[in-house]
Amino acid sequence: MNTHYGIYGGQYIAETLMPTLKELERQYFLAKEDPAFQAELDDLLKHYVGRESPLYHAKRLSEFCGGAQIYLKREDLNHTGAHKVNNTLGQVLLARRMGCKRLIAETGAGMHGVATATMAALFGMPCEVFMGAVDVERQAPNVERMECLGTTVRSITEGSATLKDAMNAAIREWTATAPETFYVIGTVAGPYPYPMMVKDFQAVIGHEARRQCLEQTGKLPEEVIACVGGGSNAMGIFAGFENDPSVRLTGVEAGGEGVSTGNHAASINGGQVGILHGAKTYLLQRSDGQVTPTYSVSAGLDYPGVGPEHAYWADLGKAHYEVINDDEAIDAFDTLCRLEGIIPALESSHAVAQALKSAPRRAKSDVIIVNLSGRGDKDMENIREWKKQHR
Amino acid sequence: MNRISSIFQNCRREKRAALIIFAEAGYPNLAQSEQDIDTAIENGADIIELGIPFSDPMADGPVISSAGQTAIENGANLQNILEMAARIRQRHPDTGLVLFSYFNVMYNYGLEALCAELQRIGVDGILAVDLPLEERDELLAPCRAHNLHLIPLVSPATSPERARAIVQDVTGFVYYVSVRGITGARAAMPPELAQNLAMLREISPVPVVVGFGIASGESAHAVAECADGVVVGSAFVSACTAPGQAATLVRTLRAGCAKENS
Ligand SMILES: Cc1ncc(COP(=O)(O)O)c(C=O)c1O
Repeated sequence: MNTHYGIYGGQYIAETLMPTLKELERQYFLAKEDPAFQAELDDLLKHYVGRESPLYHAKRLSEFCGGAQIYLKREDLNHTGAHKVNNTLGQVLLARRMGCKRLIAETGAGMHGVATATMAALFGMPCEVFMGAVDVERQAPNVERMECLGTTVRSITEGSATLKDAMNAAIREWTATAPETFYVIGTVAGPYPYPMMVKDFQAVIGHEARRQCLEQTGKLPEEVIACVGGGSNAMGIFAGFENDPSVRLTGVEAGGEGVSTGNHAASINGGQVGILHGAKTYLLQRSDGQVTPTYSVSAGLDYPGVGPEHAYWADLGKAHYEVINDDEAIDAFDTLCRLEGIIPALESSHAVAQALKSAPRRAKSDVIIVNLSGRGDKDMENIREWKKQHR
Repeated sequence: MNRISSIFQNCRREKRAALIIFAEAGYPNLAQSEQDIDTAIENGADIIELGIPFSDPMADGPVISSAGQTAIENGANLQNILEMAARIRQRHPDTGLVLFSYFNVMYNYGLEALCAELQRIGVDGILAVDLPLEERDELLAPCRAHNLHLIPLVSPATSPERARAIVQDVTGFVYYVSVRGITGARAAMPPELAQNLAMLREISPVPVVVGFGIASGESAHAVAECADGVVVGSAFVSACTAPGQAATLVRTLRAGCAKENS
């Protein structure tokens, strides 16, 4: 099995975890081929998660831009409020099938933590979620949700106290407790087979969106836009269009205060090749290989790496990666709230902001699909605080 | 014969396990860590594992993680640690020196450039914690070209079949991780250790050393009975903060390395 994407990906992990990864790969392929596994997954995606999610023609937003027609893939309407649940459902079904006794996860914005805690409750498994202390503060509503669901939230104060440090802590815990503990990784990062597995579980977004677009517009979209933290919602929607060369795939990285200021989280646009959390990929780091602290107003994008397949696609030009800064994301957030009555997550607001730039340059007959990866309830306090400091 | 082989041969002659001390290079600062490493060598360490600090040490417990953080904050990087290694080599021509870190630090330096520099300095080998069998070819080629040992890790999670693949063609020594988990001092060694080690030593063409969790003369002694070498990391790093403590610890560990049943 090829574990790399070009030079990227791989399994750069301690020997203690290698047998666990091999077994995970084996069991994943068995599950994938098992009709009963797929049937249970499909059933829960429909009746528990609420799929399929709508593809919604945002007419007022499109009019406001005066160009392409913007369609929103409404992952914010999923149970738990983001795309994350597509993946946690798949992984936790796999964990149960493998006989694992306990779940752990890392989380940034807390959406993946909530989605994992939800599955832990549904399947009656104990769960611990690792979250950077900075994120515990700025995404407090999600900490409360996880605790309501019976999950223990471990606040990590080490390093930059954000997603990267939460992931370090989760990997340490996993090293000491695998294979009884299953590590539910929240994005298309980590060692193989996670990037492949998470892409497969999120691909439902792209497959639905492609069909819905054909049904509603009679054609494929000209462009598909998604924000990129680790890259799971982007890879999920891109997967539906990766064999359609006419569709431009645009990933949006978090520019924070601007890539030139150094305070950003744009790994592809501002990083170099390195190795972190089990994979070779683009990484924000010093020339001596120390990973640098990142910054974005959006906790879910505040990560120094990116899924290895995105790194590969960036090199190939198979997808294009743009940067949206904090202020542009906040403006796009306001615009979507006011024009469409939809409150997007700050992460997703980066994708909306990119659409606001791209749509006016396009013909009225063009179609842009934006992956609205999550809802913004969790961000109210964070946005109020940002506006107080900047406006 | 290479330096690592003669070290283990001497130890066998002296009926003891080799003492391998892991030092977090640059902790608390470069000058002090250079002194601490000298102290370790002068008090009986046979091999020094020079830990290069990394911002995200996924395989390390709190002691080594926070020491690494301090070292980075105080200016340690691979370049100035290599300069330190060169000075240590000049003062201690017979001590084994192994670079120990995470792959990203090595990768960013340039693997070919790094191996060439290590050979020039007289470092004996490299250990990359997050570079398992599946990924090691990338580093193995430059190691071979520059006569460096690439030290592999084997863990209690490793199957005998996998262990065989890992130790095949290995030079230098094999590092057996005593527990499933991360670095850090532990009160006792797992009961299945002796049996696992007996299996591994049978299939390994080179000596097998044991690390993770060994913190005292007693635990060193327990391990010395069934291994070719004993690695002490977190306990040494902790001892470095108090004057005189590092020397005492190393002397105690060295005494613990004596074998009774061989
Ligand atoms: C709503 C939402 N969108 C996007 C992301 C970023 O993750 P990914 O790039 O894996 O989709 C997150 C992460 O927390 C999120 O909560």
